[in-house]
Amino acid sequence: MILLRLAMRSLVARRLTVGLTIFAVALSVALFLGVEKVRTGAKASFGDTISDTDLIVGARSGSVQLLLYSVFRIGNATNNVSWESYQDIAARPEVDWIVPISLGDSHRQFRVMGTTAEYFERYKYRSGRSLEFVQGRAFDDLFDAVIGADVAATLGYRLDDPLVVAHGLASFVSHDNQPFRVAGILAKTGTPVDRTVIVSLGAIEAIHVDWQGGAQIRGQATTPDEIRQMELSPGAITAAMIGVKSRLQIFALQRSINQYPEEPLLAVLPGVALQELWGIVGIAETALVAVSGMVVATALLGMAAMIFSGLNERRREMAILRAVGARPSTIMGLLMLEAVLMAAIAALLGIALLYAGLWIMRPYVDAAFGLYLPLEPLSSREGLVVVAVIVAAAATSIFPALRAYRLSLSDGMTVRN
Amino acid sequence: MNARSALALDQVSFHWAGHDDFGLKVPDFRLKPGERVLLLGESGSGKSTLLSLICGINAPQAGSIQVDGTELTTMRPAARDRFRAEKIGIVFQQFNLLPYASPMDNILLPLRFAPERRARVGDARGAALALTDALGLARAAMTSSTADRLSVGQQQRVAVARALIGAPSLIVADEPTSALDANSQSNFLDLLFAQCAAAGSTLLMVSHDERLAPRFDRSVRMKDIATLSREAAA
Repeated sequence: MILLRLAMRSLVARRLTVGLTIFAVALSVALFLGVEKVRTGAKASFGDTISDTDLIVGARSGSVQLLLYSVFRIGNATNNVSWESYQDIAARPEVDWIVPISLGDSHRQFRVMGTTAEYFERYKYRSGRSLEFVQGRAFDDLFDAVIGADVAATLGYRLDDPLVVAHGLASFVSHDNQPFRVAGILAKTGTPVDRTVIVSLGAIEAIHVDWQGGAQIRGQATTPDEIRQMELSPGAITAAMIGVKSRLQIFALQRSINQYPEEPLLAVLPGVALQELWGIVGIAETALVAVSGMVVATALLGMAAMIFSGLNERRREMAILRAVGARPSTIMGLLMLEAVLMAAIAALLGIALLYAGLWIMRPYVDAAFGLYLPLEPLSSREGLVVVAVIVAAAATSIFPALRAYRLSLSDGMTVRN
Repeated sequence: MNARSALALDQVSFHWAGHDDFGLKVPDFRLKPGERVLLLGESGSGKSTLLSLICGINAPQAGSIQVDGTELTTMRPAARDRFRAEKIGIVFQQFNLLPYASPMDNILLPLRFAPERRARVGDARGAALALTDALGLARAAMTSSTADRLSVGQQQRVAVARALIGAPSLIVADEPTSALDANSQSNFLDLLFAQCAAAGSTLLMVSHDERLAPRFDRSVRMKDIATLSREAAA
């Protein structure tokens, strides 16, 4: 007890250097844990992006690319899936449900996705959660649009507001003559759906009625009412989400889609593709962990250096301890105890810094990156990291402590300066 | 050997490891229980080495050292450390205290390493305060948060209280008065003697100041009890 109190008092007496050292270690711990939190948060929200969908079908490319454009709305499809192929697949006996996705247009900075009303039932995220409407409902008119939470928040849209879809992405040509209406606003999901404008598949066709080969046909302007009378069956879609009747059929269906003779198609299992994608992102992840680990090691070395540099001034103190009966090993232990105390205080401070940082940064990170960082207690892995830091501090302090051991052996009760 | 000595050195021979040229030999040096002895010697006369042998910090290559009837030379280093904590109180010239610790913690420190002495004390805080009261230390000084706020004179008294708590059989004081002025010196010695007598402790005090000699039961010159060899020394 008295030794613990002495160690604390000794640290308090050297509060400036000790405080700076603790702060450095605390910052490194906060950084390391922050990286852990972001990493696991990113991985979780990444893996939560799509669930309960058995296969995603698109034109033949790579599985990662298909996943990126169909689910994450990153990049573009190199090719489309013809409506005939889509119907062929939909007619297969294994298919329980199929939802088409048609991408390529945008509204302001947000992607526009054409699909069927079934999308709102079938799309699931975060292990089986369904989309929910904050306001309104799914589209029933041709020019109805459902917008994600971020779209509504960023553009300030409310129900029944008009919106205009631009052709292509980042294009200045707008489909001015077919204004859409906000029919529903979705609740925040933390997935790319938040940043999507969802319209019916027919609507995608409708806005292209007067267009041909990517350009507007001169002098031709069909009114919305005329369009409503037209037969709007799509020529092609971008991708489709499929649910099968029995999970056992997934691979058979995947194989037959991949070998579809009429058109080169690709079917992927979302989970497998997600893992493949994370495998690529994972290199950066490992690098991040390694760098923050180095920062912790640097801070601990700084602490060892601080203990080392203090040893000479503390020889008198060691002589006093020896005189009252402390063994050299007790003095060694006292120094290591100080290091462990510093590391423990630093770890607690680091955890406090982490949660303060998370609390402050969370809304911003969520808004800017769609990354949801839960304010959860430390995971067992993170707890292990904290323990490892304290153990590493004890291990690092062995070197100055050994030096103190030797000094106190040779000095005894006298101090030669 | 009939009456047990408080301290007995017999044919002790010591040289520092790796320094065969520097050696200290003490053929015969004894203190009777309760005796107050002044050991006179200039710096460099081997006093520090002798004290480190008596306190069991170092062990001689030959001979016997007994404190309160217990042979030190056959003990392992850790046992000697424990023995020192139990049986010997030490006062240095100055800077006796851990500056960051409270005076109370400084006084109680040896008890941490000496369970028997601790058990003998009973109420440690009470005993510490009784000692500091007897040594004329104001209670206000005792409540000071750290020992480095005390004056040198106060610090020396706290050091004496630390040496005496639990009444160890031997008190070793290494020039404890040299940092004090003449008036305080005399005062300090009065208090030291009174408390050693109260605790029944034997006192061995080292000094270079011969004027202190009349106040002790006996004074011994370093050169009379020990021979120092340093052939190769410059």
